[in-house]
Amino acid sequence: MGGTEAMAHAAERENPLYGVMAEFDSVQALVDASKRAVAAGFTKMEAYSPIPVEELNDIIHRKRTKLSQIVLAGGLTGMATGFAMQYWMSAVDYPMNIGGRPYATWTAFVVPSYELTILFSALAAAIGMFALNGLPQPYHPVFNVERFSMASSDKFFLVIESADPRFDHGGTTRFLGEQGAKGVYDVAA
Amino acid sequence: MANNVHAQARATAVLEAPVIGPGHDFETVTETVAQIPLAKRTPLGWVLGFLIGLSLLMLLQASLGYLVVKGIGIWGTNIPVGWAFPIVNFVWWIGIGHAGTLISAILLLFKQQWRMSISRFAEAMTIFAVACAAIFPVFHTGRPWLAAYWLFPYPNTMALWPQFRSPLIWDVFAVSTYATVSIVFWYVGLVPDLATMRDRAASRVKKVVFGLFSLGWRGSARHWHRYEVASLILAGLSTPLVLSVHTVVSFDFAVSVMPGWHATIFPPYFVAGAIYSGFAMVLTLAIPIRAAYRLEDLITMRHIDNMAKVMLATGLMVGYGYTMEAFYAWYSGSFYEQQMMWNRMFGPYGWSYWMLISINVGMVQFLWFKSVRENTKLLFVISLLVNVGMWLERFVIVVTTLARDFIPSSWGMYYPTFWDFATYFGTIGLFLTLFFLFIRFVPMISMFEVRTLLPQAKVETDHHGGH
Repeated sequence: MGGTEAMAHAAERENPLYGVMAEFDSVQALVDASKRAVAAGFTKMEAYSPIPVEELNDIIHRKRTKLSQIVLAGGLTGMATGFAMQYWMSAVDYPMNIGGRPYATWTAFVVPSYELTILFSALAAAIGMFALNGLPQPYHPVFNVERFSMASSDKFFLVIESADPRFDHGGTTRFLGEQGAKGVYDVAA
Repeated sequence: MANNVHAQARATAVLEAPVIGPGHDFETVTETVAQIPLAKRTPLGWVLGFLIGLSLLMLLQASLGYLVVKGIGIWGTNIPVGWAFPIVNFVWWIGIGHAGTLISAILLLFKQQWRMSISRFAEAMTIFAVACAAIFPVFHTGRPWLAAYWLFPYPNTMALWPQFRSPLIWDVFAVSTYATVSIVFWYVGLVPDLATMRDRAASRVKKVVFGLFSLGWRGSARHWHRYEVASLILAGLSTPLVLSVHTVVSFDFAVSVMPGWHATIFPPYFVAGAIYSGFAMVLTLAIPIRAAYRLEDLITMRHIDNMAKVMLATGLMVGYGYTMEAFYAWYSGSFYEQQMMWNRMFGPYGWSYWMLISINVGMVQFLWFKSVRENTKLLFVISLLVNVGMWLERFVIVVTTLARDFIPSSWGMYYPTFWDFATYFGTIGLFLTLFFLFIRFVPMISMFEVRTLLPQAKVETDHHGGH
């Protein structure tokens, strides 16, 4: 027995393990398993689902994204850019008397500034979301599991990472199996 | 009494009419949508439709090529009607785009779940319509290669800047922002579905292409959380944007002092007209597509019925706009406004006014009847005619005002030439070509959103107490 264990250890060193992945049939099973894994003290884990499940973020990560602040900053930048650009071009760089109106006709500048506010906010929302999510990311260990291709159709997955302080290969595999998983797979790093 | 019970039962049936056909689960929904772009065989109907679109697109290329060589004199556009087909077509296309944003953004904020299965291709329609619209003002400048510094604040050697007090420049900002935000919103919505396509694709090429565009999406809890926040924010931003776009387009007219244009009703009247024509275009596209690709379970009669109702409601608003235009012309006491209205109704372009009224005020009343809303063939014809009616509306607004302004000595008639029609139908070709490519290569229904409508997607948070 000791020999096989040593061999397994050697194999692990050669093929380092990213974590252990459990497959579930329903979103309910995934939510329940995530709750129990958190209760069992696991901290480094992630749930994968083909649909957005707001509960999973509340259970596993317990914090909201700071995306809305990024969007607010983007919007304010857009508005400031709009007004500053129009003021500088119409009143500073090339002042032109049009119908006797003042150079800094801020009411007329509202529309382009409004549009730039929305433009910058929208770009901040999209780019911010992708950047916070670390996308584009061509490689991720979870894709090494063949069954994971179902995660974008109708299967649900929970991964406990080997970086978790409570992680132990056999124990974690057994734990996930006890949570009603349809299958438990090793995830190569 | 019995009648009452019957009516009540019917009302409940309508309320509970499903937004998705019976017997579906995650896998069948995904398969129904995903197999269309993944299919090896291209349906013959697609090839024929695509060829029609492509032929018209070549007509567009020829028209624009000739225009660049010869100048905009090939169009009938000339003083006094210096704004003719190009502006009519520009406003028409921009208006059509509005329904896509209304469906994907405003209905999202109102939590209208029926929007989910039609939002993807309605948004695609928006993007393609805006692309068609942009062609007209750019080529109407005559020298599109100079449009960069005419339209945008582009630092040029003459140190000139755009005139920011002009609604035409506001329009540039509104439309270019609208195009950009629509593309961003559409692409963000596509990413999870592109990941599904990546995971289901059999061929190496498709795997790689879908893989590149899905950016490595994994659908983790953290991904989805940020994604949902981003979608909500984008919807919240698109809503004031879409209302501002047609408002700014209407400023092109309302800010001038021309009789028939200088009216405060223009912004809301234009927005209502835009949504009206946009829903007509969504129906024009949805009715044949759901039949051809057998998507009746995902684009149900409830969707068709709701869209027809939106078309009726916005059609009535547009009708109110026509009434108010006539009323204000009379009530203003302005000789020129009254002359404009009389000329619009009984002048040389009177035929176009009465055609538009008979479609947008007359024909649209048929949509009050449930039997009409349930008849997809009839509804298809109505939606096509609404597109015609809304095109005529812009023709009436632009041409009748310019052809006869304040002084009879400056009056003149406008007659479109062959190249006016060629450019217009050419943009329809561009639209069709892009749309056919879209339905062949991109999942045209948002799979992940439709999955959330299924009972399978429900979670009980206090299930098992968590231990």
